[in-house]
Amino acid sequence: MAAQPLEGAESALGGPVTRGRARWNNPPSPTAAALGRTIRNPMGLIGAAILLTLMLTALLAPWLSPYDPLVQHPGKELLGPTSQFLLGTDSLGRDLLSRILYGTRPSIVVGVLAVLLGGGAGIAVGLLAGYIGGWVETILMRGCDTLFAFPPILTGIAVLTVLGPGSLNVAYALAISGLPSFARLTRSVVLAEKNRDYVLSGRAVGLRPGRIMVRHILPNCVAPLLVQLSLFMGIAVLAEAALSFLGLGTQPPLPSWGSMLSDSRDYLRTDIWIAIWPGVALALLLLGLNLLSDALREALDPHRVNA
Amino acid sequence: MWAYATRRILQAIPVVFLSTVLVFLLLHLLPGDPAMAVAGSNATPRQLAAVRHDMGLDEPLPLQYWIWLQHLAHGNLGRSVLSGQQVSLLLSQRIPATMELALAGMVLSLAVSLVTGIVAALNQRKAVDWVIMVFNSLALAIPQFWMGILLIIVLAVVLGWLPPGGRVASGSNLGASLKSLAMPAIALALPLTGGLSRYIRASMLEVLYEDHIRTARSKGLAERAVIYAHALRNALLPVVTVLGLQFGFLLGGTVIIESVFSWPGLGTLMLDAIGNRDYVVVQAGLLYLAIVFILLNLVTDLLYGFLDPRIRSGSG
Repeated sequence: MAAQPLEGAESALGGPVTRGRARWNNPPSPTAAALGRTIRNPMGLIGAAILLTLMLTALLAPWLSPYDPLVQHPGKELLGPTSQFLLGTDSLGRDLLSRILYGTRPSIVVGVLAVLLGGGAGIAVGLLAGYIGGWVETILMRGCDTLFAFPPILTGIAVLTVLGPGSLNVAYALAISGLPSFARLTRSVVLAEKNRDYVLSGRAVGLRPGRIMVRHILPNCVAPLLVQLSLFMGIAVLAEAALSFLGLGTQPPLPSWGSMLSDSRDYLRTDIWIAIWPGVALALLLLGLNLLSDALREALDPHRVNA
Repeated sequence: MWAYATRRILQAIPVVFLSTVLVFLLLHLLPGDPAMAVAGSNATPRQLAAVRHDMGLDEPLPLQYWIWLQHLAHGNLGRSVLSGQQVSLLLSQRIPATMELALAGMVLSLAVSLVTGIVAALNQRKAVDWVIMVFNSLALAIPQFWMGILLIIVLAVVLGWLPPGGRVASGSNLGASLKSLAMPAIALALPLTGGLSRYIRASMLEVLYEDHIRTARSKGLAERAVIYAHALRNALLPVVTVLGLQFGFLLGGTVIIESVFSWPGLGTLMLDAIGNRDYVVVQAGLLYLAIVFILLNLVTDLLYGFLDPRIRSGSG
């Protein structure tokens, strides 16, 4: 009960700053403008379209697939493309098209999850390190340097050795390996922003540091972080496929593009189709993400003329 | 420069220290008893006790780390559970193959991306530039291991020109050795080639519009001299500085390429060790690669500071 008036008093103090007329999206926000430029760029549009289509595919896989991806059709093993099985079948007589469609799931889910977890944790670490400074910053950033010393595949191998194989564990592993790049980026933006007038005045009226960081500094980090997010999702998708290829990621019989490519290696002399389709799907998703992140970077960098 | 170098080297020390801690903890974070992980699940209680004593597991954790570190300093990385051999010996047998592959990938990427990057920059917005741009985008989007499989299908299975896997050591037969190296090196080099080519093109274009190039042209130098003597040299400086870091990423990529081509390097050693629960080997492999990566990072930064005076004075 005693806390009530105190809280009211604080928000009355903070009111004019946080809830005044000048909300940051009231004048056209630079981030929104950059997103507009991204979509108007044909490369960005194609990239966004590919990503959106594959996300929808992951969502709608049960309705799009002609067969159950796990059902084996005896006597129909290693068929090339036929009218019954549009992309052919694998060594156990399972429909490749259905497995490719379901295979979007681990790629997209691990990619998105790694971005959310790694990005979220990295942004939090970067905000804290940049805003607090001192020994907190030193400890956090040296920790990031250390994680940065292991390329994603190696972090993946190390973490999966401890946690055991599986899609979710891959997402955790990649989140850990992506964390330092987000932390470094966020910290650099925070360092540039934290002595600006709006932060100082927020402090002067007694806003809590957490509120200043999240409501006032963070929005200024969004634009550069978007580029990093799209870039990192590409890295995560690629690493998920690579780890599944090595047998550490998505486990059989669940379909994933990486493990399908791994299976295909035993049949390169008899049936090349099982080595073609998962690679095409994977390259398409990676191309989409690359195009999107290139377009974002271009839209956010006014100095870049020759791209 | 010395102040900058000293500061940068001092910064690397805690990173190396922390990565040894992380790699040390790897064995202790494994589910179950680390002694069981080392001795195998069907070891007798007596064997387990012996292993526990050997590994110093009856000591407190910080002391165990300190002992492990001392062994490390003497090049003693422990023994493989599977073969009983010294892990340091296993590593030293595999490292040359991995380095050979990574170096070949590096040389190949540099050679191709220098040509494509410069040609694209000199033909900005022409058909050649566009073709190279598409090539680079594909090179960046095609996963190395899929490229490896495609190469095996075309060059080994269909055409029969190259062996589908394995390594012929360079001492015995140079021709056969290069043949066994060709496909893994191409597959490994692919994404770096796309990235470097873009980087060289952008760097070249930036330089081509600078004043000293205009001056060189206006004093009547031949276009060839302008490009090779004035533009290229300045454009390639930043490229030199990214190479160290890129070599580190190539080393990471060797793990999967080695698996595709049964290349007997560090990557296949580590993957086999994971399959056999031979965790001491995994630990040593990870530590080796991490320290190489940290050193490459350090050298890159020092080189960059050496080449660009602005970096030294910054808060770096």
